[in-house]
Amino acid sequence: MIEFQDVKKVYETKKQAFEALKGINLTVEKGDIFGVVGYSGAGKSTLIRLVNLLEQPSEGTVLVGGKDLTSLKPKELRAEKKKIGMIFQHFNLLNSKTVFDNVAMPLVLSGTPSNEIKQRVEELLEFVGLSNKAKNYPDQLSGGQKQRIGIARALATNPSILLCDEATSALDPQTTNAVLQLLKKINKEYNITILLITHEMSVIKEICNKVAVMEAGKVVEQGSVLDVFSKPQTDTAKNFVRTVIHDEVPESFLKNNEKDAPVIWKINFVGSTSGKPLLSTIAKKYEVHLNVLSANISEIQETPFGNLIIEVTGDKREIDETFQYIKDQGILVQEVVIND
Amino acid sequence: MTNTLWGMQITAEQLLTAFGDTLYMVALSLLFSGLIGLPLGILLVITRKDHIFENKWIFNSLNPVINILRSVPFIILLVALIPFTRFVVGTAIGTNAAIVPLVFYAAPYIARLVENSLLEVDKGIIEAAQAMGATTWQIIYRFLIPEGLSSLILTFTTATIGLVGATAMAGAVGAGGVGDLALSYGYQRFDTMTMIVTVAALVIIVQLLQSTGNIVSKKIRRR
Ligand SMILES: Nc1ncnc2c1ncn2[C@@H]1O[C@H](COP(=O)(O)OP(=O)(O)OP(=O)(O)O)[C@@H](O)[C@H]1O
Ligand SMILES: [Mg+2]
Repeated sequence: MIEFQDVKKVYETKKQAFEALKGINLTVEKGDIFGVVGYSGAGKSTLIRLVNLLEQPSEGTVLVGGKDLTSLKPKELRAEKKKIGMIFQHFNLLNSKTVFDNVAMPLVLSGTPSNEIKQRVEELLEFVGLSNKAKNYPDQLSGGQKQRIGIARALATNPSILLCDEATSALDPQTTNAVLQLLKKINKEYNITILLITHEMSVIKEICNKVAVMEAGKVVEQGSVLDVFSKPQTDTAKNFVRTVIHDEVPESFLKNNEKDAPVIWKINFVGSTSGKPLLSTIAKKYEVHLNVLSANISEIQETPFGNLIIEVTGDKREIDETFQYIKDQGILVQEVVIND
Repeated sequence: MTNTLWGMQITAEQLLTAFGDTLYMVALSLLFSGLIGLPLGILLVITRKDHIFENKWIFNSLNPVINILRSVPFIILLVALIPFTRFVVGTAIGTNAAIVPLVFYAAPYIARLVENSLLEVDKGIIEAAQAMGATTWQIIYRFLIPEGLSSLILTFTTATIGLVGATAMAGAVGAGGVGDLALSYGYQRFDTMTMIVTVAALVIIVQLLQSTGNIVSKKIRRR
């Protein structure tokens, strides 16, 4: 649906050229909710703005629905843009127009007859739950309401793609969640492909099925959300995962046992394996003592995702066998290295 | 000295005519300078770097021309333009003739004010418009102008008041109007009463214009 092929973007400023994107390869499939996460300045906004040509790529190709938009004539490009909705961090609604007129704007631009506009706008306001605000002005709405209007406006022309540039970054956690659920609903009910960028891993965890981690103009890691969350490879990805999944071995514990270093394992359960009564099986089968240091479970992509940190004591051979046993069950286990 | 008012050397009729002349000059010069200044102001905004109609060539030629015109004192413009005025209007003297230098004076001024008003419009709004696939023209009249409207109203209020002041000086080419009365009777013939009445009249005009402008602008901003 959206394909980045060796895309580079160089910003030419008076003094110097700055390479904001250094060769991006990325594919967003139809029906995806694809999240791009990265620290400030990583190039996320630049990336998303290339999709609807708010920025031109310096090198490489961006294909949207198989088409290279840079090759289109202005008129064809405008038609193509109507198939790509976009919402923004600061909503970008017209303060001089009512909610109704804001949502109607994309339709007015394409010369839709006014009775059709009325019907469509009412439908959209209903969908985002703000029918009663049609006559209000944006400055009379809360942030969350403004973003819903932004969403309604983006959907007006029945797009097949929705771009979200930090769409929830200006909202509080509750409101964020409501807006994310709305995006999920849009993805499901209208089968709209969503590309969103964020610096909050919780947003990715909440609604995305795929994720790309960006750093300094490059995609350093990408894959299904489940994979990246359970097996982050790069430090950046690990740091982001850590913001939503707390699997740190408690600092105090490491200090208390300086004399003989304890054996500590980190165990990740993904999906169905999380339900297995692993610990009790181990206790029965092996001569080891288990001490649970921390445990939590959450859901990613409707898949249970848990992690467990345990201290293991006992005979070295028994411990090794236990380790192997856990691995054999197809469960991700790793030893936590304790450095002095 | 028949038919004088409040001991002035001028008649009520003269005063009324002067009012009419001022109004006529301000209205016509506002119309023409608006017709010229508004598009120029828009052009100054959209042709600048990273805007919707980026064009170095237009921006870099328009910008200094407006600066130069803005820096010429009105009274010099009035004199310097006499040949041109004569060519356009047929005469360099009188109410109609005054409109030419008034337009030269106000159009660049309006262009600059319009530019400032439209630059206040949030870039995000324009970005949203571009994302929707709006044409350049649609961005101007569906996004830029409505969003900048309340500021534009104040712009035109300021320009109108500037024109009221300038018409007074246009008396130098026999343009007539309230300002002319103040100069030729009040100032040159020491007719204090005429001076007071005409200046008071100008003050009232300016006050009325400013209040109206403020009210309309506020109404648009807040509904
Ligand atoms: N118009 C521009 N001209 C020059 N440099 C730019 C321009 N836009 C962005 N950059 C630079 O490109 C880099 C990436 O910017 P971008 O806005 O894509 O980052 P981001 O990941 O979206 O960051 P944030 O999370 O802060 O929004 C930054 O270093 C920024 O300074
Ligand atoms: Mg950004």
